[in-house]
Amino acid sequence: MDIPFLTSLVIFLPTAGALLTLLMRSVTGIRWTALVTTTLTFVLSVGLFVGYDPAVSTAITPQLADMSSAWFPDSLDVKYHVGIDGLSLLLVMLTTLLGPIVVLSSWTYIDEKQKGYYTLFLILQTGITGVFTSFDLFLFYIFFEVTLIPMYFIIGIWGGADRIYAAVKFVIYTLVGSLLMLVAILFLGYEAGTAVNNGVFTTDWYKLLEYNVPLAQQGWLFGLFALSFAIKVPLFPLHTWLPDAHVQAPTGGSVILAGVLLKMGTYGLLRFCLPLFPNAAQSSALLFGILAVIGIIYAALVARVQEDAKSLVAYSSVSHLGFVVLGLFAFTTEAMQGAVIQMVNHGLSTGALFLLLGMLYERRHTRLMDDYGGLANSVPVLTTLMIFSVLASAGLPGLNGFVGEFMILLGSFKSTVLSAPWLVVLAATGVILAAVYLLHMVYRTFFGELDQTANAEMVDVNGREFLLMVPLVVLMIVMGFFPNPFLRQTKPTTEFLLNTIEEKRAAALEQAESKPSTATVPLAPPETETVSIDPEDLTLTPQ
Amino acid sequence: MDLANAYAALVADLPAVFSMGVVGLAGIVMVAIDAFRNNHPIIPWLGVGALAVSGAWELTQLGAPDATAFLDTIRTGGSASFVNLIILLSGLATILLLRPYLNRMDRDYGEVYALVMYSTVGMLMLGAANDMVSVFLGLETMSVSLYVLTGLVREDEGAVESALKYFLLGAFSTGFFLYGIALMYGATGTLTLPAMAQAELATTSSQLLFWGGVALFLVGFFFKVSAVPFHMWTPDVYQGAPTPLTGFMSTSSKAAAFAALILVLYHAVPGGEASTVIAVVAAITMVVGNVMALGQTNVKRLLAYSSVAHGGYVLVGLAAGTSAGYSGALFYLLVYAVMNIGAFGVMSMLEWDQKQGREQTLSSLAGIGEQRPVLGAAMSVFMFSLIGFPPLGGFMGKYAVFAPAVDAGLTGLVILGVLMSAVSSYYYLRVVYVFWMQSAEDVDVKGFTEAALPQATPAALGTLVVCAVALLVLGVFFGGVLETTSAFFDAASMASAP
Repeated sequence: MDIPFLTSLVIFLPTAGALLTLLMRSVTGIRWTALVTTTLTFVLSVGLFVGYDPAVSTAITPQLADMSSAWFPDSLDVKYHVGIDGLSLLLVMLTTLLGPIVVLSSWTYIDEKQKGYYTLFLILQTGITGVFTSFDLFLFYIFFEVTLIPMYFIIGIWGGADRIYAAVKFVIYTLVGSLLMLVAILFLGYEAGTAVNNGVFTTDWYKLLEYNVPLAQQGWLFGLFALSFAIKVPLFPLHTWLPDAHVQAPTGGSVILAGVLLKMGTYGLLRFCLPLFPNAAQSSALLFGILAVIGIIYAALVARVQEDAKSLVAYSSVSHLGFVVLGLFAFTTEAMQGAVIQMVNHGLSTGALFLLLGMLYERRHTRLMDDYGGLANSVPVLTTLMIFSVLASAGLPGLNGFVGEFMILLGSFKSTVLSAPWLVVLAATGVILAAVYLLHMVYRTFFGELDQTANAEMVDVNGREFLLMVPLVVLMIVMGFFPNPFLRQTKPTTEFLLNTIEEKRAAALEQAESKPSTATVPLAPPETETVSIDPEDLTLTPQ
Repeated sequence: MDLANAYAALVADLPAVFSMGVVGLAGIVMVAIDAFRNNHPIIPWLGVGALAVSGAWELTQLGAPDATAFLDTIRTGGSASFVNLIILLSGLATILLLRPYLNRMDRDYGEVYALVMYSTVGMLMLGAANDMVSVFLGLETMSVSLYVLTGLVREDEGAVESALKYFLLGAFSTGFFLYGIALMYGATGTLTLPAMAQAELATTSSQLLFWGGVALFLVGFFFKVSAVPFHMWTPDVYQGAPTPLTGFMSTSSKAAAFAALILVLYHAVPGGEASTVIAVVAAITMVVGNVMALGQTNVKRLLAYSSVAHGGYVLVGLAAGTSAGYSGALFYLLVYAVMNIGAFGVMSMLEWDQKQGREQTLSSLAGIGEQRPVLGAAMSVFMFSLIGFPPLGGFMGKYAVFAPAVDAGLTGLVILGVLMSAVSSYYYLRVVYVFWMQSAEDVDVKGFTEAALPQATPAALGTLVVCAVALLVLGVFFGGVLETTSAFFDAASMASAP
């Protein structure tokens, strides 16, 4: 199969669909346009999976790449450069797979302003796919930001009672991080341009990889990048926006949020933070490891005491993504591959959990576990699906969650960078805690006494709902038993990244030793650094 | 030059002031028509025609090399034509938006349009000034017309107050400005901008004179672009003036004043010596503008503080003091003009108190997006662009001013700038959520009926849609525009220390 501009097509087909939905008059037309567009996008993305050859090295260029430099003025080396490598492939597939599933799940759930919802949702998909395929830091940033606007509206218009608070909190949290990252991007672009690109500002990923950031600057640049991504992941203690956003968002929004949006954070760490600033990343690995493990355990404990099922799953996301961060900062092949596969697993299993909770909510309009109980008798199919998803999420061997978590724990245990086996032991308790809170939720919701008539009269999943769950459940089993076809796709890229990190780390050290005089000269402080913002000012409400 | 050649030279130089001539003449004809056929409907269209013709002319001049005319007092081509294009386009949009507004308020007077034309002439002169006298003439022509326009609704106490305030403070700042020019002239013996940079400042006292003059001159300009701490007039004046004219004031006059400031800094003030002062003012302006906007409940006041803050972002580009910084600032002015004309334009069509259009509070707009989806969508685009979200023009504008500042070592200032952008997202998003996520029942708006909402004319609505689309285009295909603006400034011809 050889389709020209395949990657760009996968990115922008949803936008075309969005424009088309704007022209539609009937709700049926809008829904079907969205469904057909997302399905077509998924079919095209299968072409990416087939076309991607893990044996071909992506050390110089990504595969299936589209590149154009006509976009920016010639005086700046910023390009439209998209492509696929082992890191992006599975995440792009996950995004395009969740597309039609979300459309189907919103079919009746979204009962007003459908045009706006599906239009925004399709634009959101373009943004997310763009993030996972950009090989230019500036382009990546643009897609990264583009995702915020549709999500703001999706939470703010179709969300629950506290939707506006949640939407604003979501945007401002993310915006603070990403704007600070923008400053770091600009700085890095000029520095790299001077060093490796004949003085022309550059944000090309490969050119940035050639440039060894001096040790003196790695610290703060890494800090700004990592802050932005840590907010997105979210890493403890920056996670407080997530439960609000999740609980308030409509089902489709939650699925996208948990399924792929959060992965933009871990993906960004892996694609940009670690390879560009290897020394700073490795010296702060333990800090990030500790924060990740605190997140794993803390979020699991908080999840245990939730009354609201959606909130419980939201906290479970924080906990599970702690594993991913731990895996990234272990700097071993197993852990890093485990982290990549865990991103996908989490997208599948948590996505499934949110979808099922959404179905319950659509039937009963409550998210409190107390309002349910004994549903296994009234909705057996939904219960089965739920148990599958919960077990996958809890990491039962034979289902997908186990593969990622096991590889992460294994890789982190023998990591020489972390060199903290005790940390990994603590993290492993998170797996047990996950089983505790998730099974607890299943018990309270689906078993016990069927004492409310509303629950007894609940109808089981219909054809549409069953259809949208099937691909997720099938993938959970397939990835659990046969993880190798998936791991094979990611392995060369993770190895390439780890080698690059090691080379760049050594080079930066060497550079610092060879000319210590220049490395230690501090930059002249800008005049305005003395201007500080009093936090008090921000809360003033003067007239 | 003897008189025999003077006439020929004058005629040869005429194309340099083509736009000023056309717009000024149109203004005079408008008044003449108004005298005999009071408030004839042709009057605004005459203005539209004149502005469109001049705009087209400036468009053809964009690539022309930088030159001077009329004994080095006026610049042509280059940045002058770019700035003039911004001014003419925002004047055009203003007239289109103004008509339905004035109609509704029963104040569709012919001379209003004429005054818009006169102040446009002043702005055109500012944007093309190559001489301190031109700067001053432009500034005054622009300001005097704006004072009158501000007080258009004579019965409204707020409007009268704001006009008086604007006039008094404006006159005061002109004094500073003029004094500054006098001192600079005293030190250098010339009024021509490039000649000022080349003048020998041999003695300490002449240096003192010169820099003292620059300081006073800057104060005058900071007032005009409402930089903190000279911004006090802005919220009151912006709130009191008729809304489309507020849009005009906040874009055209700001663009013109900034353009003149750029010309002076680029040509007359040696080597970015004023950078430190500008950086400090930029920092304070961004912080105060954004923080004060947080608590506003009146949309026009909120946008006024936001426009103060955006002046701060432009100043960041100027503080960089490099050619990239100046070109970025010009690009920002273009984007900013589109965003603000649009935002005030939407407001001018949503002030629903039938007579005065005085209902401008945020809560009075609850759920308006449902009733006026096109206006709501356009407003969302403007708000997101003002925050600086890609892929909208506002993001590229911020990039264009922040990147040169980072390159010039002002990373601290840029960090402050982006943090302030994050702060600003709070109040811009508030406008968006009031539009789309609340409904009129939520807030109990007094006396609101669907019928009270003014009907938008196709021309006005079209203008807003064009603005919104332009922001998308500027955000994605900005490369050509940035290349154009950066061609205006090159490091070699920048004023350097003698």
